[in-house]
Parts: sequence; C-alpha cells; structure tokens
Amino acid sequence: MINFLILPILIPFLTGILLIFFAKNVSLSRWIAGISSFITIIVSALLVQKVRVDGIQTLDVSNWQAPFGITLVSDMLSALLVLTTSIILFTCVIYSFKTISKEQERFYYYSAMNFLAVGVIGAFTTGDIFNLFVFFEVLLMSSYVLLVHGGSKIQLRESLKYILVNVISSALFVITVAYLYSVVGTLNMAHISVRLSEIGESGIVTVIAVLFLIVFGLKGAIFPLYFWMPGSYYAPPAPILALFGALLTKVGVYSIMRTYTLFFLNDKDFTHQLLGILAIITVIVGVIGAIAYSNIKKIVIYNIIVAVGVILFGVAVMTPESLTGSVSYLIHDMIIKAALFLLIGIIIAITGTSDLRKISGLIKRYPGLGWTFFIAALALAGIPPLSGFIGKLLIVQEGFKEEHYWGAGIVLMSSLLVLFSIMKIFINGFWGTPQAYKDEEAVPVRKLLVAPVILVIISVLYGAGSEFVLPYISQAAETLSNPSIYIEAVLKE
Amino acid sequence: MKTNDIILQTTTKVVVFIIILFSIFIFFKGHYTPGGGFVGGLLTSGAIVLLLLAFDMKTVAEILPINYIYMTATGLLFAVGTAAGALFFNVPFLTHAFGDVYLPILGKTSLHTATIFDLGVFLVVVGVTMTIIQTIGGDE
Repeated sequence: MINFLILPILIPFLTGILLIFFAKNVSLSRWIAGISSFITIIVSALLVQKVRVDGIQTLDVSNWQAPFGITLVSDMLSALLVLTTSIILFTCVIYSFKTISKEQERFYYYSAMNFLAVGVIGAFTTGDIFNLFVFFEVLLMSSYVLLVHGGSKIQLRESLKYILVNVISSALFVITVAYLYSVVGTLNMAHISVRLSEIGESGIVTVIAVLFLIVFGLKGAIFPLYFWMPGSYYAPPAPILALFGALLTKVGVYSIMRTYTLFFLNDKDFTHQLLGILAIITVIVGVIGAIAYSNIKKIVIYNIIVAVGVILFGVAVMTPESLTGSVSYLIHDMIIKAALFLLIGIIIAITGTSDLRKISGLIKRYPGLGWTFFIAALALAGIPPLSGFIGKLLIVQEGFKEEHYWGAGIVLMSSLLVLFSIMKIFINGFWGTPQAYKDEEAVPVRKLLVAPVILVIISVLYGAGSEFVLPYISQAAETLSNPSIYIEAVLKE
Repeated sequence: MKTNDIILQTTTKVVVFIIILFSIFIFFKGHYTPGGGFVGGLLTSGAIVLLLLAFDMKTVAEILPINYIYMTATGLLFAVGTAAGALFFNVPFLTHAFGDVYLPILGKTSLHTATIFDLGVFLVVVGVTMTIIQTIGGDE
C-alpha cells in the first residue's frame, strides 16, 4: 500500500475530528482516544519495519511528482521519531484519565492532544519545507489550546507570552522559507539540497542557515532563545507538560538536524561551528538552571535544555558516529523526559506542591513511585546499561576524536551535574522523614504509575537491547550523514 | 436611549439572502476560476454576522440553530474523507477523481471530487469564523 506512511498522521487526525462529536461523553472519548493512539503505535512500528526492509518510503501527495508537489518522506529517522511520538501520545492519554478533571476533558481535551500529535508526526514526516511550516502551525495551534486548557491564572499569563514568541518565530519561519525559495526556487527538501550544493559556498546561504537556526532554535529552546520555555512549560498540568517537554522542543531539534545535515553543508566551518558553540552554551545554561532550582518541575524543565544542547552538539560534530549518537540520544530523551514529567506529576498530586523543600520521605509510603523515579533518573544521566548511555558515549567519543575537547568535556561534565540535579530530587524528596500530606488519599497512585512505568520499561529495554536497536539507529544516521540516499529516494534519479 | 434599527433590520432581511446566494455562486465558480470554499465560507459567515449585527445573538440562534463546532468537525470530516478516499483506490493521498456525467435538466456536467473537499473547507470556514465571533461577541 503506497499510502502507508500517511496512516500515523491520518489516524490521530480522524480521531481528533471524531472526538469533537463525542467530547461531551467523557468515557466514550477516553476509549476512542486510548484505542486510536494504541493503533497508531502499531502502525508506526510497522512503518519502522517497512523502512528497515524496503528503505526510505516516499509519497507524492495528490499524485504530483516530486519536486513539484508536496512529498512526504519516511526515512528511518522520521519513522523512529513517529513511533516514539505515538508511544508518548498513548501514555499521556492514559495518564490523563486520572489527572484531568472531567469538566476539562469535556472541553475537547483529547481532540487537542490528537491534533498536536498530527502536527508533530506530520513535521517529522514531511519532505517539503513549506509543509513543515504548516505542520508547525498545526502543532502550535493545538499547543495553544492545551497550554491554556484549564484557564488558571498562571496558564493565561504564560500562554500569552508563549503565543507572542511563537507568532514571531512563525513569521520569521515564513520569511526564511521565502529567502530560501528566492535563492533555490524550490520547496522540496531533497531538491533544495541538490540546488544548494550546485550553488556552493555563498553568503546568502549562510544567512539562511543562521535564520533557520534562530527559527528552530526558538522552538527547540537553544541558547539564547530558550528564555520563554521555563516559564511556559511550568504552567500546564503534568500530562500536557509531558507532551510538550517530550515532543515540542524535539520537533525544533529534529528540524535543525534535518536542515543542517541536508541543506547547509557548504560552509560548515561557520554554520556548524556556530551550532556547536551554541549547543555547548545551551548545555551550560541548562545545567546551571537544573542545579540552581529547588522546584522539581523547573529542575526537569532545565534538563530538557541540557538534552537539546547535547543532541545538537552531536549534530555539530557531524561524523556518522556522532549523528548516530544524536539520534539515539534524541529518542532516549523523548521517552525519559515524558516519564519524568509524568512521575513528577504524581509527586505534585500527592504533596500538592512542587517545592522540593516541602517534600520528604516519599519512598517509605510509595516505594513503587520511588524506584521508578530512581531508574528514570539514572537513565536520564546515562548510566550504563540504561538508555542514554550509548548516545552520550558516541557523542562524547566523536567530540574528542574530532578535537572538540572543550565541547566534549563539557558534555561529559554535564552528565555528572545532570545526575546531581535529579538525584537532588531523589535524596530530598524520597529520603528523609515521611510526612503526611493533605489530600494524598485521593490520589490513585497505582493507576497513575501505569503510564510512566511503561515508558521506563521501554527506556530500560532501549538501553539494554542496544544490540537490537542500534542497527535501526545507524540506518537513521546513515541517511543523515549521506544526504544522497535521501535525495535519490525522493527524486528517484 | 433606545436605538432605532428598523432600516438596518429590514435591509438585512433582504440582503442576507443575496449574500448567501452570491456565496454559493462563488463557491461553485471556484471550480475553474477564482473563488471556492474559503471565500464562499467567508461570505456566508459575513451574511450571518450581518444578521448578528442587525438582531441579537438569541434571535440568530433561533433562526439558525446550528452548533458551529460540530459544523467545523463535519467540514473536516468531508475534507479528510475525500482526501483519504484515495486510500481505497491505492493512489496517493489527496488524489482526486473527476469525469463528465449526464444529469437530467443540467445536461452534461463535469463532476469533481474536489468539490466535496471544497464543501468541507466551506463548512470549516463558516464554523470557525462563527465560533470565534460568537465567543468574542458573547462576552458581556
């Protein structure tokens, strides 16, 4: 079936529409949302396997041949990210059953979640730079809805900032695409790559590269464009926070990865060095934030920034192994960040606060929660054999090999500090004297634990089964380090 | 002070139908020439907004008892349905079909599945515009 790669976009889309009709019937919409996101996982897993066996899948939408129409491209990187996205969607949906109030669920909550997934999966799948913008808009619209959903004071304040930042960055995105179009005269990403390599080194292309870095950097929260993130992500409830933290910034990171490996290869000395420097500063800033705060939400939010830096450093180094590391770390980070945010959501639900100083001794009464958190924390820091280790190892190793001693050293140091920042939560929050909290009886901890436990198990398997996973990851990285594979698959030359 | 809007109301009663007819004309015109679902939808919502201006929200809700959110969803279903119909024929997503059909009265007519897609766009535009306007207008 030639349309197979569009199914992961189509299923959440149809679900989102159907859920508008059934929004008032909460239990029915829960069933629909849960089942459809599970089907999406299966379909995306099949897609990954198909890409593994048959190579890159492309679809010329509406039967316009590439490069004239819009082409959807599923290479291994995009297929893996789509699979990860659908897993996170599923876990966030089942987590929402017990955390979001019925009143809120009625207000098209699951529809917005599904539309968000459409945007994210679409952005991962598209092979057209303008279509990428369109899917960015789809996911942004849904994220506005989700951010303000619930309508508490802090959410209204933060969503105003969030919308402002994103409207500006979207405008900049269109301007940049227009620039690029005026230079190369095409929007198909593979075709752009061909044309740009014909042009060779040129000032305007470097300008476009930097503009793209600004646009995607704003979404992906790199230094110095991360300023909006700690505030905005702090506002929404846990499942939405998990969706945002795991998916939205990663779309920005993916776009940087794609454009910097496919388009801007002529002036690497400038563009990739800039990316590398910014990535390293991002790591430093993130680590400082993660250590400085004693608010558990903030700590994990700043850890997103660290991870973004680490992944992009791997992209900046630009060797096949470092790209493998980046891809591996990207997928690991999506899973583990979602798990951590969901776990933190449970802690906040139990204690009623996100201030670490007011929490202690949780492990005595909630051992399951404690140990899940412990494993997630170790995985985040990249302790072998958990996930995150392989990715970071490859990135650091290649960094040293390519003589980026400073960068690789800082990434290495950052792991230690990340471990410290997250262990701070464990030591202060879980150890110590148990306290009694108001309303803790009402929290269905066991049921809530299902979603993060699924994610942590996946993360452990992902790390322990590296032997099995690595061929997929290196296939993804191969396309990145050798753009001609991608170009040939799309343009069928 | 009590406002006197009898002129507005009387004109509106006539003009609304002209606008809606024109919007349908534009909708079908868009098949080969400028026009189509988006502009048509905006025109129709323009007509409804005129009604809202001349009368009040309650009266309009009585005349047109439509849930605009469902209308948007229906429009989306039309659009996605037409696009996804391609899946059953194993042609790329969004591929349309067309052909000349002989219809009674109208004679030989060229039919295109893009029209159904456009109808979806039309419904979405009306639904979204009216939802936005009613939400803002509903705030006292």
